[in-house]
Amino acid sequence: MTVHILLFYFFAFIAVASAIGVITLRNTIHCAVSLLLTFFCVAALFVLLEAEFLAAVQLYIYAGAIMVLVVFVIMLVNVREDLPQPGQIPLNAVAVFVGIGIFFFLMFVIMAGDFSPPRGIYTAAYQAANGGQTKLIGKVLYTEYLFPFEIASVLLLVAMIGGIILPTRRRFRRNGKGKGEMV
Amino acid sequence: MPALLLLAIKVILTVTVVLLTVAYCVYAERKVIGHMQQRPGPQFVGWRGLLQSPADVLKLIIKEDIVPTKADKFIHFIAPVLCLVPAVLALAPIPFNKSGSLLIADINIGVLYILAVSELGIFGIILAGWGSNSKYSLMGAMRSAAQMVSYEVALGLSLVGVFMMSGSMSMVEISKAQSGSVWYILPQFLGFFVYCVAAVAETNRTPFDLPEAETELVAGFHVEYSGMKFAFFFLAEYTNMIVVSSIAATCFLGGASGWLLPPLVWYLIKVYAFLFIFFWLRATFPRYRYDQLMEIGWKFLIPLALANVVITALIKAYI
Repeated sequence: MTVHILLFYFFAFIAVASAIGVITLRNTIHCAVSLLLTFFCVAALFVLLEAEFLAAVQLYIYAGAIMVLVVFVIMLVNVREDLPQPGQIPLNAVAVFVGIGIFFFLMFVIMAGDFSPPRGIYTAAYQAANGGQTKLIGKVLYTEYLFPFEIASVLLLVAMIGGIILPTRRRFRRNGKGKGEMV
Repeated sequence: MPALLLLAIKVILTVTVVLLTVAYCVYAERKVIGHMQQRPGPQFVGWRGLLQSPADVLKLIIKEDIVPTKADKFIHFIAPVLCLVPAVLALAPIPFNKSGSLLIADINIGVLYILAVSELGIFGIILAGWGSNSKYSLMGAMRSAAQMVSYEVALGLSLVGVFMMSGSMSMVEISKAQSGSVWYILPQFLGFFVYCVAAVAETNRTPFDLPEAETELVAGFHVEYSGMKFAFFFLAEYTNMIVVSSIAATCFLGGASGWLLPPLVWYLIKVYAFLFIFFWLRATFPRYRYDQLMEIGWKFLIPLALANVVITALIKAYI
């Protein structure tokens, strides 16, 4: 058990340190690498919790897909250091307020949570006896949580359509016959 | 402790064997392509050029390591490591025999683990391209990022049919599920086709080798690398080829099952057959254009993979 705890502190420390790196480093690519390290450590924490499926998904979706897109965009638009313009609201102050607000909100939610060891369906033994974690997550997702799941998918669909329409809108013109045409 | 020792031996053995295989993959590739193009290939170092690979490795080790003046030193250093480590990590759940006693870890989400981990290798490519501070490198990295993101969707979806039929994502379970029935290449022929195309694209091999297109980008993302750092990219590419070939052998060709010969030999035959197809493609096909590549990925492979999932689900539900 002690190895578990040591590993937990190891990964938790790196996760927090690299998360701080994300917001303090100057170079955006360095920030992205930092964020990648954070995602990796979070995946490691999922493994320590015996949630292998979540760990793999964390790597596959967050580290593998989303971070690639983030880095892609950073390289494409070549973000420069943003100095505050005269007359602009100092964003740092706003960020501090929002950050403190979110911190206390999360602390409240976490402290109100249940810290007792996992029971019933959440134990590894139950999951192993009932066809494995992946199967159970799938079952719960498509029965009990079907409605939130569908809402999330509609939201993603809307975002996807928006992602296609918004950048091409300027090039999209209606001709006389009522048909849209890419110009 | 003995369990830990056994594990350590397995890890060292697997990695050594794979890296040796990689060295001779390069030789085999040059020989195969050479003969396909009616020339002998390497033939001067050792008998029939068999010592060509050790000679190349030696050359790469003693070569000077050049870092461009304006490169980001840290990123330039870390990129080759980030490329190779995920490729080697992905070897863990590959079952080389039937019982699975030769594999390092039987993870119950084996295939997902391999996909997730080997996906991280793309950061090596992107960071190499960006960190070198060179136009050609950056172009290669951008192409690579777009290509990987497009084809990993098709790659993942093409395997869903296999998961549905076997009811598991563990490499051992999938190969066991096929031993009683037909190999999944028959019922999952659509998935197999999509998997093969996407796998070639994911490993950046011809005809999808746009990230390192020699004729346009010199060598793409690794233009500014020399010596061992360059060798790391090479090792990563071939290790990835072995990994995707192993997934194909396990998920579509029944893993280690076969007649007469021992399971390990059958498994290796299947993996090497896939590697041969990789070489064959490289000798035969020209490179795709960038927009063609995107069109194949999004408008052809992904719909086909989705159709395969739907068909498999219908068959599983009603038959």
